[in-house]
Amino acid sequence: MSISTSALKPVRRHPAAPRAKRLLGRVLIYAALLFWTFICLFPIYWTVTTSFKSAVDVTQAHLIPWVDFQPDWKGWRSLGLSPDTLFGISTARAEFTNRFVNSIITSVGASLLALILGSLAAYGLSRFRYKFAWMRNDDILFFFMSQLILPPVVLALPFLVLYKALALLDTRLGLILLYTLSVLPIVIWIMRDQFNAIPIELDEAAFVDGLSTWGAFLRIILPLAVPGMVAAFILSLVLCWNEYFFAALLTSTDAKTLPVMVASQTGSQGINWWSMAALSTAAIAPLVLVGIFLERYIVSGLTTGAGK
Amino acid sequence: MQNSAPVTDDLHHQPAVKRAPATRKAAGRAIVAVASLGFLLVLLVQILHTTDTTAAGFSDWRPILVAYLIWAVAFAIAQVLIRGERGQRALFLLPAVFFTIAVVIFPTIFGIYIASLDWNLSSVEGPRFSGFGNLVGMLNDTYYWNALGNMIFYAVAVLGEYAIAFGLALLLSAEIRARKFFRVVFLLPIMLSPVAVSWMIGKSLLEYRFGPAATLARYLGWENPAFFASPWMARLSIQAMDAWVSIPFIMIILLAGLQAMPREVQEAAKVDGANGWQSFWHVTFPIMLPVSITVLIIRIIFKLKLADIVINVTAGGPGGATDTVSSFIYRVYRDRSNVGYGTALAMVYLVLIILLLTLLLRLSKRWTQRVV
Repeated sequence: MSISTSALKPVRRHPAAPRAKRLLGRVLIYAALLFWTFICLFPIYWTVTTSFKSAVDVTQAHLIPWVDFQPDWKGWRSLGLSPDTLFGISTARAEFTNRFVNSIITSVGASLLALILGSLAAYGLSRFRYKFAWMRNDDILFFFMSQLILPPVVLALPFLVLYKALALLDTRLGLILLYTLSVLPIVIWIMRDQFNAIPIELDEAAFVDGLSTWGAFLRIILPLAVPGMVAAFILSLVLCWNEYFFAALLTSTDAKTLPVMVASQTGSQGINWWSMAALSTAAIAPLVLVGIFLERYIVSGLTTGAGK
Repeated sequence: MQNSAPVTDDLHHQPAVKRAPATRKAAGRAIVAVASLGFLLVLLVQILHTTDTTAAGFSDWRPILVAYLIWAVAFAIAQVLIRGERGQRALFLLPAVFFTIAVVIFPTIFGIYIASLDWNLSSVEGPRFSGFGNLVGMLNDTYYWNALGNMIFYAVAVLGEYAIAFGLALLLSAEIRARKFFRVVFLLPIMLSPVAVSWMIGKSLLEYRFGPAATLARYLGWENPAFFASPWMARLSIQAMDAWVSIPFIMIILLAGLQAMPREVQEAAKVDGANGWQSFWHVTFPIMLPVSITVLIIRIIFKLKLADIVINVTAGGPGGATDTVSSFIYRVYRDRSNVGYGTALAMVYLVLIILLLTLLLRLSKRWTQRVV
């Protein structure tokens, strides 16, 4: 029925027939929700369970532990992370730990650096008016944001040459610098939104109390901006942790990160399913935990500026 | 601190701000002069050393980086000395600006230079100037054009991701129980590393012999479930994996847009007797249009960087069918170590991206104006 005719009739609420229709609607909604839950979770479930399977269980596509296969520490033993090998000496575990630590240092280092640089710039852009040659605040913001469109390949090869000259190839510092540049625009975007949400009267009150520009920023405004900083930090952490392209080109032995290790395993020794599954599980586990427990920060970081 | 609200006073007409005394100004200028001189001196020494003119110099260029850092700090201090309060304000922006100049602007300009070289990193010859030689080579490189063509497919496929994501956002904004649980679960794929996903889905779930997806496909009657054998199937499989990772991003932004939408609008549509589809098509969708266009453009920007999954699952195969520009350049470098050619390809790609985005932004502006 069209909108004009229905306006003439009184609208009846929930007559008998639409009730069944409503029920059907509910069923369909939940069916769709459960279907997509399955799509999202099955690959994770598959990977985690495969790390406990032996070769036979993989080839026969056994899915449910204890029902159609007997879980075993096989995959984790190959990483030196199963209970019986955990306290022994294991070269595989040493390598894994080294990559894991590299990943932590580079992603935390880059996120911190980006947070410092980005927060300062965002506060400046939110509070003061700058003029840099022809550039006003909006132009400066656009200048920072425009780096988002830069595909990594454009910088990758020049960086390879530059880092060779600077002796930064295969160092964590080199990766930290690159990762910082790739998350800096996002941090500035989130933090500017955060600072804009803090009323400017607070700055003014701080000035009246005799604080300098930097004093007001550090002692009054920054503590209030912690939620935004946490969101920006966690989002950059996730992006840096998952980064593969630069790490694959610029590291070889010392500074290799976890994604590079995962990728190199798939190529070399055929498919060693259980150890690959264990490695993948270990690589995604920190992020799955972050996703479950810090979900609201991720959401608030991602949706900055949406709906405006 | 006698000046009032920071934003209300314009930096160019500041009457009351205390001017820095002349001696401080002079000191500031001196610092800049000394620092610049020192930086140029170090640079000169190193250039002469590298070109074998003099023996003195450093074994690598790292001291230049340190010199740049010292120069930047000196410049920042001098700003405060010379310009007082205005200098302090500039101090907020300067670190990010110096950082960006060092790691984005300079490498990009350097990249334009490299793009004009014929430079095989693994050979001993060193760089050779070739002018537009790389560009001529590019024109005859069918693999590059093929990769560009694939990018069009991948970019258009964003529309499909958008449709699914909109559906999910609508589901999550409906009156449902356990909304938080579903939101967390739907968001999980975005957290996972594309490399791990390549293995988890590309190499194990979709594995031909005993991957569960292949088993399911056989059960459903597809005799030969090879997900990466034929060009179109491979392209679709790669796209499906990338969609799995990135749909949550589109979904969560659309969901934020839906939640920001005033309730009354929906109620009014209901009172007018619009059914579900009508109220979506005539009310929700038009209101969501600005958010949709923003998220689509952001998503296309990220899509144009797609590389990890392709490199790890198919390495561009079969026959370049799944190649993205990034994965192709990666392979060009891995196989031939020619940084000059690779950079030239990347630069052309960057120019194309800038053109495309300018066009998209123009179009989207016109489009939203006409609708709203």
